[in-house]
Amino acid sequence: MPPTLQPKKTILDKKQLRRVIRRIAGEVLERDGGTADLMLVGIRTRGVPFAERLAAEIEAMEGVRVPVGVLDITLYRDDLSTIAPQPVVRASRFPEPLDGRVVVLADDVLYTGRTIRAALDALVDYGRPRAVRLAVVADRSGRELPIQADFVGLSVPTSTDEHVEVRFAETDGADDVRILERREEP
Amino acid sequence: MAEPGRAGGDFRWTRKDLLGIAELSAEEIRAILDTAESFREVAERPIKKVPTLRGKTVVNLFFETSTRTRSSFEIAEKRLSADGLNFSASSSSLSKGESLVDTALNLQAMAPDLIVIRHAYPGAPHMLARRLAAGVINAGDGAHEHPTQALLDAFTIRQHKGGIEGLEVAIVGDIEHSRVVRSNIHLLTKLGARVTVAGPRTLMPPALETLGVEVAHSLEEAIEGKDVIMMLRIQLERQGRMAFPSTREYFNLFGLTAERLRRAKEDVIVMHPGPMNRGVEIASEVADGPFSVILEQVANGVAVRMAVLYLLSGVRPDEARARGAA
Repeated sequence: MPPTLQPKKTILDKKQLRRVIRRIAGEVLERDGGTADLMLVGIRTRGVPFAERLAAEIEAMEGVRVPVGVLDITLYRDDLSTIAPQPVVRASRFPEPLDGRVVVLADDVLYTGRTIRAALDALVDYGRPRAVRLAVVADRSGRELPIQADFVGLSVPTSTDEHVEVRFAETDGADDVRILERREEP
Repeated sequence: MAEPGRAGGDFRWTRKDLLGIAELSAEEIRAILDTAESFREVAERPIKKVPTLRGKTVVNLFFETSTRTRSSFEIAEKRLSADGLNFSASSSSLSKGESLVDTALNLQAMAPDLIVIRHAYPGAPHMLARRLAAGVINAGDGAHEHPTQALLDAFTIRQHKGGIEGLEVAIVGDIEHSRVVRSNIHLLTKLGARVTVAGPRTLMPPALETLGVEVAHSLEEAIEGKDVIMMLRIQLERQGRMAFPSTREYFNLFGLTAERLRRAKEDVIVMHPGPMNRGVEIASEVADGPFSVILEQVANGVAVRMAVLYLLSGVRPDEARARGAA
């Protein structure tokens, strides 16, 4: 049997995940002094519900609905010539032009940094934001590029056999953060 | 997060070549159309270019003249950052008596990743596909197939009608000489549309019913109550002989006019693969009228060709061969 990923530990449950997202929303507001020029951009797939949750928390705090964009990085991946077949491409969309905005990229897990590299390349093709920041739910070790997050839900020290999984009700039917472990099936 | 109308998440594109619609499954057709949906957005950006096919070489090999299809492929290649190389019959050794096989082997030596070919002989792309490691895209082979045209037609229909299944489609004109009609019949019937064809008796091949279409004997009968009408170009250059007395006579019997169009559904769309002969198969009032989606077809052609280039370029030739041998 090929090895499969088995749940090892839940590190954030639904309530804790909500608190973490609320805290990040507060930090985002603090960093740039409010919601002026702010735009949240979720990286497909799980950055999208994360960005939506952040927008909801910000609205609860400030009474302002911040625009939320969706970014698909497939066309900018650096591994397209080594993987086959081609991954499914989905559209990106932004409710407003990016020029002059403070864009907060939202993603579920920061690992190698390659997704964020691709996202930065993609963003500049849509416009010239005044600043780009990065918010992630979980930051795990294993960086392959010099990329760090501005807002981190929690740092998770992990081994290469482990996998950090952030789940959202919208995409996965549950709200939590878990560590999965590669195991041989008995 | 399944989106409506999307192919299943575990679908894998495995073909090295796109030679025709006849051999594609409905799932493969949907995968191309869904992928094209995402590529349409690239045309709306300030920077209409993505780095996806950086370092890939695409050879455009046009043994027959073409403006629309060739420039559509060229734009698609440029927007994907591929390097496109054009060979056309009039300006290369293609017109100096070199055989197709020799041309192909010479191209192979330049290690292209994809070859787009248009040729007057049916099966020319298939022969290249068997001999070359590169992926081959059929951009029209004689009166056989023109798969990317049928795909962009389907994409345009889907945009307007939401889907293909259950639609009533009429295809009118020179059925015999049209590769567009063959590809479209395969595609539309695979996706569950009902297709009716009509044209002058001299331009209707025998046994059309075996392709799963209905045959009508007049334009009026064909377009009655239809959701989609495709008008085909009268290909005077392909006939060799006149199959009807005059273009005026043709227009009188088979030209689509605003008056005749009233027989179709109220929300009918009118399509034409181009180039149009105004006043022969279609009246200007229809071509430029509110039901015409002809220019949208051209815009969608780029997105569909980007999708095809993208999907095919992800298939390793060795992998495709291994599967073929298995």
